[in-house]
Amino acid sequence: MATQNTKTLARAMMAPSVLLLLVWMIVPLAMTLWFSFQNYNLLDPTQTGFAGLFNYEFFYTDPAFFQSIWNTLVIVGGVLLITVVGGIAIALLLDQPIFGQGIVRILIISPFFVMPPVAALIWKNMIMHPGYGVLGDINRFFGFEPVDWFARYPLFSIVVIVAWQWLPFATLILLTALQSLDGEQKEAAEMDGANFLNRFIYLVLPHLARAITVVILIQTIFLLGVYAEILVTTNGGPGYASTNLAFLIYRTALLGYDVGGASAGGIIAVVLANIVAFFLMRAVGKNLDR
Amino acid sequence: MARSVTTKHKVIATIAAWVVALIIFFPILYTIITSLKTEPEAIAGFNLIPSFTLESYITVQTQRDYFTPFMNSVIISVGSTILALIVAIPAAWAMAFSPTKRTKGILMWMLSTKMMPAVAVLVPIYLLFRDFGLLDSRIGLTVMLMLINLPIVVWMLYTYFREIPGEILEAARMDGAGLWQEIVHVLTPMAVPGIASTLLLNIILAWNESFWTIRLSTTNAAPLTAFIASFSSPQGLFWAKLSAASTMAIAPILILGWFSQKQLVRGLTFGAVK
Amino acid sequence: MGSITLNKVSKVFGEANVIPSIDLEINNGEFVVFVGPSGCGKSTLLRLIAGLEDVSGGQIMIDGKDVTQAAPAARGLAMVFQSYALYPHMSVRKNIAFPLKMAKMDQSAIDKKVEAAAKVLNLTDYLERKPSQLSGGQRQRVAIGRAIVREPSAFLFDEPLSNLDAALRGTMRLEISDLHNQLKTTMIYVTHDQVEAMTMADKIVVLNRGNIEQVGSPLDLYKNPRNLFVAGFIGSPHMNFVDGAYAQSKNAKMAGIRPEHLGLSKDSGLWTGTVKVAEHLGADTFLHLDVDGIGPVTARAGGEFGAHHGDRVYLTPDESKLHRFDDKGLTIRA
Ligand SMILES: Nc1ncnc2c1ncn2[C@@H]1O[C@H](COP(=O)(O)OP(=O)(O)OP(=O)(O)O)[C@@H](O)[C@H]1O
Ligand SMILES: [Mg+2]
Repeated sequence: MATQNTKTLARAMMAPSVLLLLVWMIVPLAMTLWFSFQNYNLLDPTQTGFAGLFNYEFFYTDPAFFQSIWNTLVIVGGVLLITVVGGIAIALLLDQPIFGQGIVRILIISPFFVMPPVAALIWKNMIMHPGYGVLGDINRFFGFEPVDWFARYPLFSIVVIVAWQWLPFATLILLTALQSLDGEQKEAAEMDGANFLNRFIYLVLPHLARAITVVILIQTIFLLGVYAEILVTTNGGPGYASTNLAFLIYRTALLGYDVGGASAGGIIAVVLANIVAFFLMRAVGKNLDR
Repeated sequence: MARSVTTKHKVIATIAAWVVALIIFFPILYTIITSLKTEPEAIAGFNLIPSFTLESYITVQTQRDYFTPFMNSVIISVGSTILALIVAIPAAWAMAFSPTKRTKGILMWMLSTKMMPAVAVLVPIYLLFRDFGLLDSRIGLTVMLMLINLPIVVWMLYTYFREIPGEILEAARMDGAGLWQEIVHVLTPMAVPGIASTLLLNIILAWNESFWTIRLSTTNAAPLTAFIASFSSPQGLFWAKLSAASTMAIAPILILGWFSQKQLVRGLTFGAVK
Repeated sequence: MGSITLNKVSKVFGEANVIPSIDLEINNGEFVVFVGPSGCGKSTLLRLIAGLEDVSGGQIMIDGKDVTQAAPAARGLAMVFQSYALYPHMSVRKNIAFPLKMAKMDQSAIDKKVEAAAKVLNLTDYLERKPSQLSGGQRQRVAIGRAIVREPSAFLFDEPLSNLDAALRGTMRLEISDLHNQLKTTMIYVTHDQVEAMTMADKIVVLNRGNIEQVGSPLDLYKNPRNLFVAGFIGSPHMNFVDGAYAQSKNAKMAGIRPEHLGLSKDSGLWTGTVKVAEHLGADTFLHLDVDGIGPVTARAGGEFGAHHGDRVYLTPDESKLHRFDDKGLTIRA
């Protein structure tokens, strides 16, 4: 397949995708970079011209800035923790012989197909609402005060919602990896006298390493940009308690009409994402080699 | 496996698995149940047996016009996926069958564009859309989602195509098939299953995309994500209607997802987990 | 017709000079086998002839016509791949018919040829099956059928039997030889299996690191290897090599003696050895010995020769069958 003709053709066939993505990456990014050094407010046309590092300073000194970065990390870290640990546990359970495996799988995978705003609304109103939610009903049944989750524990509540959406994905992938574990290997380990815990640590976990890497990579891509769940539930509040970086930039840009400031935030977000991506891509690049 | 599985073990595992599954599925289940209640019933405390009224569904359609955002969702998700496939199929094909030293680098780079935070380019995209009159247009959203999902589409197709042995295409060429005949008679029939599951999965991803669809649309082009997000401030007694709207928003894709869950793993892990 | 001439053909992959320069003449109707260790460039050479790779230099002629730049299909060659490369979505009939369909032959002629090929290859009962419903040997026959119907000027085989078990390999070997006798078409066959090379070839081409070490008939290579490499590669079990005093006494850097040319005795002989492993195959017994002052040696004894681990035996090389090599590894002719 390696004649000169095919090579030229191959390049031509790749061109549209590569060019589109190149433009898609460079143009908006260049504009963001440009705006981030400009005075540019949609409400105030008198503000123009070069702003130097003012926008960055503005963003950086915004008390919400560090909190939003912290919140971003909490969301990513919290959701990854819940989904990976929970995913392994559920996958181990589903790997057992059970009645109705097919239906159980379908039930468990379902939350993944629920669009984020719906997921958020369901949890906000059906489950966590202090007045009409199921958790409130349960509390009242046992004679406790219902908890106003989104007022008291806003970030935690959001982590729960997002984790609920991603748990199925992690479970399914880990289960698939688990099922590819050679039965004979497990039996050999049993013959060697390894108990369940030993088998799990020395056999199962190393086998799952690749799948776990993939789960972490793909979820991180999506988790860094959690947006709709916050918009629909807490709207970033109370205060900035549940504002992540994505949401802060959105606030600055479309609520504050401050293009310059939002762009500076955008550039900061890109830098952050690149730091995260750098490590992830290295890990996954190694793992995807075959 | 020659292990003798005791019935007791199986029963315990079954009960545990069903409990976990029902807990995870419960929010969806309860939403569906609530959507079949009357409004007073919906806020009257925990109750799993609704009065099976379709009143809320009718109200959502008549008052809020469910059908328009539904059609927008269909057009945007299907349209963007097909557009992405048209661009991605040749690229993935070239990368799978004429790999060079740079192929893997290009693939990684494509994936890395997914890592770019959407908010970072929200402002320029918003302004570009405004200046080109694309705000709140189906075309704008379709193109947008096409770009967003393109890397994933290329990756998925690449992993499927890579499993077609190169020797088969060489055999076809030895047999005298030209490029076009190779595509029609050999490649396409072998690639169709992979293309189909890519299509399915990306429709799901596009349907659920909730950043650009909400930010770049207001009314005319608003798909179900934006439609639902507009319910975020509860006005009065609203639970059953909210449930009905939610159910209608997720039902099509939930069903599609159930059918394609097997391919989901392979597709979304880019073949890294089998 | 199907004579193939390679003229200073070379191939470079990036930095790697896989085939430095090869000249080779293949006559019409010949069964030529390429052998050599893994990675020596056998497949690459075959693919260059097929046109699946571009040459980096040199010229390829088929029947006197320069085809160096011609597309694979235009060269009139057919190839059978190691993985069979059957089209999984087509029935056996469609698979075999595919090259004819590409050649725009009319349907009735296609049917006739497919039926005829199926008959030759014992595939008539399987014509409507998909490749996945066939055994390995049957798949192999379909791949051959697809090659036959094109009536190519030469067949190219790349290790076609390596995915089959030993017994089936034996049968298919005979079938391919038989096919060659019937069709009398040029065949180029890549393998690293000794037995295939020795039994099927009219002419063996021994390759090493992209260079031709020797070209000749199987017996020619067996009797008169040009150098150490060919001597060691052709023949099974491998030739024993002895250096040191014994070789010097024969005026050589290295002496070589095949296991079948060592006389064995329980009472007397030139060398004395201890049996490490005795492989009793029935007709033959292969003894793996540790010979005093020489080291490990393999010898062939008759099936009746009873020997066991630890036995002491005596060996005498048949001097008339001795191979001698100089310090460049080239054979010293007497
Ligand atoms: N497309 C390629 N790109 C780079 N190097 C290649 C390529 N194809 C083959 N090579 C290299 O060329 C050398 C010869 O390969 P080739 O496949 O011809 O060996 P072979 O003799 O057929 O081996 P085997 O008996 O294992 O099939 C090897 O070192 C291989 O790594
Ligand atoms: Mg080879």
